[in-house]
Amino acid sequence: MSELLFTGADWDFEKVQRAYDAIEQIAKGEMGLVTYPNQIEVITAEQMLDAYSSIGMPLMYKHWSFGKHFARDETMYRKGMRGLAYEIVINSSPCISYIMEENSMAMQTLVVAHAAFGHNHFFANNTLFKQWTDAKGILDYMDFAKGYIAKCEERHGHAAVERVLDAAHALMSHGVHKYPRKRTPDLRDEEKRAADRRAYQEQMFNDLWRTVPKKAAAKMDSQELAERKRRLGLPEENLLYFLEKLAPKLADWQREIIRIVRKISQYFYPQKQTKMMNEGCATFTHYTIVNRLHEMGKLSDGAMLEILHSHTSVVFQPDFDDRRYSGINPYALGFAMMNDIKRMCESPTDEDREWFPDFAGNNDPYGTLRQAWADYRDESFILQYLSPALIRKMRLFKIHDESDSPHMNVAAIHNERGYREVRKALARNYDIAHLEPDIQIVDVDLAGDRRLILHHFVENGQMLDESETVRVLRHIANLWGYEVRLLEIESGTDVVLKTYDDVAPAAEL
Amino acid sequence: MNIIDRRLNPKGKSLANRQRFLRRARAQIVKAVRDASGSRSIQDINNGEKISIPADGLREPSFRRSADGGVRDHVVPGNKDFVEGDRIKKPDSEDGGGGGSEGSPDGEGQDDFAFVLSRDEFLDIFLDDLELPDLIKKKLKQTESTTPTRAGYSVTGSPANLNIVRTMRNSLSRRIALNRPKPKELKDLEDEIKALEESGEDPERLSQLRVEFDRLAAKARRIPYIDPLDVRYSRFEHVPKPVTQAVMFCLMDVSGSMTEHMKDLAKRFFMLLYLFLTRRYRHVDVVFIRHTHEAEEVDEDTFFYSTETGGTVVSTALEEMARVVKDRYSPADWNIYCAQASDGDNTSSDNAKTAGLLEEVILPVTQYFAYIEVGAEYKDWLGRDSDLWRTYKQAGREAENFAMRRVRVRSQIFPVFRDLFARERGDSAAWRLGEETAP
Repeated sequence: MSELLFTGADWDFEKVQRAYDAIEQIAKGEMGLVTYPNQIEVITAEQMLDAYSSIGMPLMYKHWSFGKHFARDETMYRKGMRGLAYEIVINSSPCISYIMEENSMAMQTLVVAHAAFGHNHFFANNTLFKQWTDAKGILDYMDFAKGYIAKCEERHGHAAVERVLDAAHALMSHGVHKYPRKRTPDLRDEEKRAADRRAYQEQMFNDLWRTVPKKAAAKMDSQELAERKRRLGLPEENLLYFLEKLAPKLADWQREIIRIVRKISQYFYPQKQTKMMNEGCATFTHYTIVNRLHEMGKLSDGAMLEILHSHTSVVFQPDFDDRRYSGINPYALGFAMMNDIKRMCESPTDEDREWFPDFAGNNDPYGTLRQAWADYRDESFILQYLSPALIRKMRLFKIHDESDSPHMNVAAIHNERGYREVRKALARNYDIAHLEPDIQIVDVDLAGDRRLILHHFVENGQMLDESETVRVLRHIANLWGYEVRLLEIESGTDVVLKTYDDVAPAAEL
Repeated sequence: MNIIDRRLNPKGKSLANRQRFLRRARAQIVKAVRDASGSRSIQDINNGEKISIPADGLREPSFRRSADGGVRDHVVPGNKDFVEGDRIKKPDSEDGGGGGSEGSPDGEGQDDFAFVLSRDEFLDIFLDDLELPDLIKKKLKQTESTTPTRAGYSVTGSPANLNIVRTMRNSLSRRIALNRPKPKELKDLEDEIKALEESGEDPERLSQLRVEFDRLAAKARRIPYIDPLDVRYSRFEHVPKPVTQAVMFCLMDVSGSMTEHMKDLAKRFFMLLYLFLTRRYRHVDVVFIRHTHEAEEVDEDTFFYSTETGGTVVSTALEEMARVVKDRYSPADWNIYCAQASDGDNTSSDNAKTAGLLEEVILPVTQYFAYIEVGAEYKDWLGRDSDLWRTYKQAGREAENFAMRRVRVRSQIFPVFRDLFARERGDSAAWRLGEETAP
């Protein structure tokens, strides 16, 4: 007998609700997912473009680069060069998933399973998200940020605010604390704290301090230098944090804007480190759920085919010699690994038992996966779970490329000797600490010419892109207010490879 | 679980971002718009326009590693027949071919960045710093006309302004308030009385009804259907309004010497002028006058596409224009503009007459007279001025509202146009001499 959740392509709210309930039963009952409460919002294609261009947040301050991205996305979309994402999901509580009105009912089912349960579970349980993001507070904070920046624009003019934002955006990826500190961030308090800070400073303002004679500049010896560095908390890799706290010429509102950008960057930091797992988790979840629904007779064959069609195009992984190849597809890799884990839990081979004695054959695929989703990020997940079977299946191999040599070497392939090598190299490709250049502020001569000195610790001879770097340094100099110097230093040997000398601020902020 | 329908949320959330973006990219967009207008048909200018601007200056830089150099390890899928230790020749175009190549978050290369401007955005930028010459001077000279604007209701007024809806509404509410008997009630009563009279039964009731009928009839008389109190008139106030109408005369030589190329140039110039005028004035008329050895007023199609040919007598066009002005466009009410396009040939016996007409009849009534001498694309003038050029140069010598330019190729039109109508025209002597702008 037929108990189809829906027939035909059209969707309405009642059908979505019915599909949601059926999905929830499987997700919570069979897979044991634990999620934030869900909120599903229906939007139009234009609104999807909007959300797209402001890095997926429903509330965002205004900035020209979002306009640029909107213009570009819109042009591409209009031309048909690019489809839109079917969904956007926001790491907040309640977890907001956007679905587009243009989708068919089958697609809405897929999206609900994918976003409202897959992503949602990941956000709610992964340790990085738990540690670093405040899902309950983020929307309030974005509301504050938007209002604050709008107020700044009113008070100080668009151009002034734009200059600060431009500079802060350029340093966004160097505006995160990579290691947890004592206090867990509580975004809800930020607004209040900002107001308190300002009030306190206004209260404490005493013009007399201006007249206190300054100490004569003393010569510094190395001990003083060490003391200075200690007091400034140097070296510091969170460039935005340093500038926000210590740049001498910034006004309070400029510091607050930097802080906002920094907070947002920090909020997205876990997202960057878990992209493959997060997408894999969502893809695995929707795949499992729609298959169960089909088995239970709740999805028609037609709907199932439509879902599978878009599922396969999402997890499609072209080979390296395919024209369509553009790196490893995180959806494909994540989905394949999670399917592989499930396989090993249920029907392991001897090889699997040897490699993964902890869980091979334990017959608890969902439990095993839930634990992996909770405890790992992309890099460690690959290092821990990528199996020889999957390496063989994807025919992964490692290429070693030295810029001086006319050849690239095949360093390892999918054989007994290569498994660990391939796995290690792949994990490293997902390690954000290796993907992003290691740049630190190492010194500043506060008593002298106030020049800020940065080091880039070069690994494997990979230098910075020159024209980009000069632009970013100019932004740093604008925020800092004085000259900035960047040295590229080979890690290990401390040989200076290149110097960007004394980039001066271009404009008063 | 909640499902929320956000489709009806206010649209255009990204409008503010778009405005910021346009402001940011203004310099590049202005240049792109100017370039586009040089190469495309002028009709397109009236629509939105797709604009490509170089990504430079809209770059959002970040620290990132350069694409080459150093030692890299890639893991790639789909090994067919490599074994460990194989060497692969690097492709000529350096591309690591592996992970990490999509490092930049906004992923923009050096590609030009194309997007669509709306019509208004485009025209705003296109006509940004243009100004009608001598607009202020003329405004001061002219009296302002007034236009009636609705300003509520009044109890007095002319019958033509009687506001029936408002009057009837007042009347109805008064009738209801005072409980005026309805015609139907009276009719019913009358019928009943008549019936009783005929049948002769129940005389008591009959007399009762008669009394009642008289009472109601008297009441209906006392309470009129429409009372003078109810009457309302629409009230109009006369709001002074600057005269915002302009007429543009397009004069073109269509003699045999005018090639299609020249006509095309002329048309472009006229269109630009028209577009410009429509942006500045609420109402713009266009008069097309073409001439050979005789001139006539024609419609646009005939103007540009007729194949007629004949000798050239320029003064006929000016005469025709003077006639039309006299007939239909009183200089007191209209801002008159004229653009003339010609290849500069004129019958030599006509030059004196032309000069006289221009000086004494045309220039005094026009706001601005622009003469565009169109030339063949690859022909040099060899420094020799045409008959008409010399005549006009002499005649327009003293006039502030006269300009002449030469145009040979499409891309010169816009610079010349800007030159003629630029807000600050700098040294007026220089532009009136009409040196050819460099291509």
